Amino acid sequence: MNFAELIGHLGQHTVDGLSKGAIYALVALGYTLVYGVLKLINFAHSEVFMIGTFAVVGAWTLMGATDNPPFGTMILLLVGGLIAGVAASGATAVAVERIAYRRLRRMNAPPLIFLITAIGVSLVLSETFGLWQGRLVKGMPNVLPRKVVFTIGNTTIDNRQLLTVVAALVMMFALDQFINRTRYGRGVRAVAQSPDTAALMGVNKDRVIVLIFLLGGLLAGAAALLYNVRYGNTRFNVGFLLGLKAFTAAVLGGIGNLRGALLGGLLLGVVEVYAATLTSSAWEDVAAFVVLVVVLLFRPTGLLGESLGRARA
Amino acid sequence: MTDTLRRINDVRRQAAGSVGDRWRALPRWQRAIGFLAFVVFLYYLPYLGIPGLIWLRTDTTPQGNDWAGVLFICAVYVLIALGLNIVVGLAGLLDLGYVGFFAIGAYSVALFGSTQSPVVEALQNRFGLSPEWAVAWAICLPIAIMFTMISGVILGWPTLRLRGDYLAIVTLGFGEIIRIVARNSTFTGGPQGIAAIPGPQGAPSADNTIFGLVDAKPWYWLALSVILVVVIGVRRLENSRVGRAWLAIREDEDAAAVMGVPGFKFKLWAFAMGAAIGGLSGFLFASRNAFIDPTQFNVNLSILFVAMVVVGGAGNMAGVALGAFLLAYLPERFREFSDYRTLAFGVALVLIMLLRPQGLIPSRRRARELHDRAEEVPANV
Amino acid sequence: MRRKFVRALGGVALAVAVAAAAGCQESGGGGDTGGGGAQNCSGKIALFGALTGGDAGLVLPSVNGVELAIEQFKAANQGCNVELTKFDTQGAPDQATPIANRVAADQGYVAVIGGAFSGESKATMPIYEAAGLVMISQSATATELTAAGNKSFHRVVGNDGTQSAAAVAYIKNVLKAAKPFVIDDGTTYGQGIIAGVKKGLGTVAGEDRVQKDQQNFDATISKIRQAGADVVAYGGYTNEAAPLLKQMRAAGITAKFLGFDGLYDPNFPTGAGAAGEGAVVTCPCLPASEAGGTFSADYQKKYGQPPGNYGAEGFDAATIILEGLKAGKVTRADMLAWVDSYDKQGVSKAIKFDQTGDVDKSKVVIWAYEIKDGEWKPQQKLTIS
Repeated sequence: MNFAELIGHLGQHTVDGLSKGAIYALVALGYTLVYGVLKLINFAHSEVFMIGTFAVVGAWTLMGATDNPPFGTMILLLVGGLIAGVAASGATAVAVERIAYRRLRRMNAPPLIFLITAIGVSLVLSETFGLWQGRLVKGMPNVLPRKVVFTIGNTTIDNRQLLTVVAALVMMFALDQFINRTRYGRGVRAVAQSPDTAALMGVNKDRVIVLIFLLGGLLAGAAALLYNVRYGNTRFNVGFLLGLKAFTAAVLGGIGNLRGALLGGLLLGVVEVYAATLTSSAWEDVAAFVVLVVVLLFRPTGLLGESLGRARA
Repeated sequence: MTDTLRRINDVRRQAAGSVGDRWRALPRWQRAIGFLAFVVFLYYLPYLGIPGLIWLRTDTTPQGNDWAGVLFICAVYVLIALGLNIVVGLAGLLDLGYVGFFAIGAYSVALFGSTQSPVVEALQNRFGLSPEWAVAWAICLPIAIMFTMISGVILGWPTLRLRGDYLAIVTLGFGEIIRIVARNSTFTGGPQGIAAIPGPQGAPSADNTIFGLVDAKPWYWLALSVILVVVIGVRRLENSRVGRAWLAIREDEDAAAVMGVPGFKFKLWAFAMGAAIGGLSGFLFASRNAFIDPTQFNVNLSILFVAMVVVGGAGNMAGVALGAFLLAYLPERFREFSDYRTLAFGVALVLIMLLRPQGLIPSRRRARELHDRAEEVPANV
Repeated sequence: MRRKFVRALGGVALAVAVAAAAGCQESGGGGDTGGGGAQNCSGKIALFGALTGGDAGLVLPSVNGVELAIEQFKAANQGCNVELTKFDTQGAPDQATPIANRVAADQGYVAVIGGAFSGESKATMPIYEAAGLVMISQSATATELTAAGNKSFHRVVGNDGTQSAAAVAYIKNVLKAAKPFVIDDGTTYGQGIIAGVKKGLGTVAGEDRVQKDQQNFDATISKIRQAGADVVAYGGYTNEAAPLLKQMRAAGITAKFLGFDGLYDPNFPTGAGAAGEGAVVTCPCLPASEAGGTFSADYQKKYGQPPGNYGAEGFDAATIILEGLKAGKVTRADMLAWVDSYDKQGVSKAIKFDQTGDVDKSKVVIWAYEIKDGEWKPQQKLTIS
């Protein structure tokens, strides 16, 4: 176990982990929102993310993106990519709810049935893209070249890492405010707490559910843009592993708890990078799951507990 | 309009439902004969030559696979489905990492029975045994069952107290951990896997006349016999105190606890039994293929297993067996469309869950449960 | 009373039907033999490999080479009925095993070309050996395949032992690297070849292992940077290598990138984009321009593109079998003996197999290819020092 390497460059590895985890956190928010209200593991959310990445690539191709564009073009590309990703992901999420989950809710199906349906939808979406776009790694132009922004000791923080973490924090904050301060947010919390009572109080349950799927999709679309900027590659099955990690992060932080999703995501990213540094990247998944089991052993509801229904999100 | 639809549906339900009812109404000896005839047919399947049914065979096209080999895979999957049925169907636990037990069973026979495995080589060096020595095939079976049951208990102990959905993700993680450990460790042979896994006649060689490398029929018959034994065992279990305890826990765990049924202990039993059967099927699988590697035990297989059980009809042995058979057989039969295989699988999952969530051959209790749940839904949803 | 009669009648009818069905049993199943024509040079050849899926790009050029050879043979020998059956394994060993059973049981097959990958070859070697079928692989390079004493397996490429030795020589003498960093992807192939490289280099500045489908390589890149590496050797396939290289270059790492034949794939330059410029791979396969005879021109004419990786090797593998058929070796035992004693010049190299099934070491050719302007260009022939 390479402790010397880890301790020697602790700052760098922590920064790497935080920026990796920020993307997990954004996707985890989608999982946690849906679970908090519907008690459903939305396996298809990983494909919502994947479709977002492809939409961003498509938008960039349409706009004629090249490597290292000038500043003005770059902003245009980022904004265009964001709109495309958010629109595609949001639309997919809402469509999935409408086609697959609504009928199951009408039948009051048990969680196992929901789970299998979600898995089926996830397979359909990823395979469709696999057949349409091919199963190969898809490259894309390098829209935001890396530039070191801060240097603290032997830790460098570059513009992409900063962008990813700041974007995740801002979006989490915005979502938090939305859930806590707006009328729609109150509706979400009410439905999470008790669907029937909320209905009695005049909340349109169907609309709230569409809203949370849409919110999850929007966040996944933003995560897709950040992912593309950071890694420059996507694939038809990129959603699978990332979605699994993101869901693990959501459970780690406390499923149904928005702040928990953020904390879980960041923590998972850091744990993975530390584990990869100590041993090798081949063990990072094991580390993630072991951490999950250990946390759940001592705190069965996750680090921050489940609480979408309560006033504090 | 809705009235005519409802009437049509009632007629359909009457017609379909009455088949099951009529079967159950037959006297016991007639049902036994029917079942016996069915079992004889299953043993006869590798020779299938009845003119109307030849198209069922997978080797009718040049690209098709060896028919007995496909039957063997179907048998192994049916065994897995029976094991997972205990966990998912009878005890109602969400297990997405069942491939882990399958892998442990396979690796048990590989690590202890193959002369090429690192564990056997270490033992040979330690005790000065000949390079041809390895644990006998028959002894590997209890070893495999022991390891899988232990791992079932190890997995279940911390996790069975968790809520259903957490259990799903943790079991998924467990399956992945097993695969990654098998891939990264040297004592499991690493990504190269382990070859020369023995069968009932010993290490694989051209001299094995019955359980050889080429002809899959004896392997299929062996697997089929194991299935029959397991079916009888599970049926007895279902109708025993243990089975009733599982039923009580699945319906309402708190009420069961109030009535004196210790939920945790029985859930752990379900895990262990299910794991043991999974390990048994892994054992057979590895023995026949004579070579395993970690890539074969991935999470997609876990999902396939759960789909087999749920699509077939969780809780009903005939149902899960049918689900397993279909999901193993259909991709082989339609090999020309192998590119669309996963897509078709996903579409089938979604359609069956939306249109017939109780599964193809539902357990009557389960179908009743779903029916009742559907009627509990309040009007405004 | 009436119900009992109906039931009895039904039972009798059922019994009669079963008896009739049993009587009508066809002795079917298990394919026909490949027609021994007047000129005893006909036979069936099986080919298995990843024909679809993400790794198919590595296999299809060699399959094209095989088909070209068969087409030319059939044109020159009108009376010979040679059939090629292609089986798709998607590179997975557990899909290859049932296929091997099928082929082994069908006596019409006299030879097998494959597997394209090492894992599936390892899984199916014992089955083919038990059936007495000869296997000629065009691209399975793992060293352990010929170390097992299997009498059926042969390959027309150099194994990873020679490839890694050539790579080590390249790193030391051409790149003159002082701090090599090695990465493998945890597969049989990647791990095997990097193990050979590590042994040849002695000491490395650092090492790491990634896994299949990994997308984020931050930890690996950190390690590379801390080690101050000047060359990164990666054993594995395009799926992981392209994102790794892209992220490496984006992170500002200028170390040279060296891959192996798993990366000699048209999709690697596409996936890595601009980051791929200057990346080098070694491959025990010839560039199209060096192939003997009119092979490259014929291939280009038939398929509209120059032969890709292992195209010439596929052609050679098929040629060996076809010449055996022409010489009247239409049984499995005869064909196996023919291949064992084969000694001729092929389009990729002079082919003579040693006892273990490898081509003579001195005949193996290893080339280095470089990505220039987004395409593979041959760089130089490597010598194993």
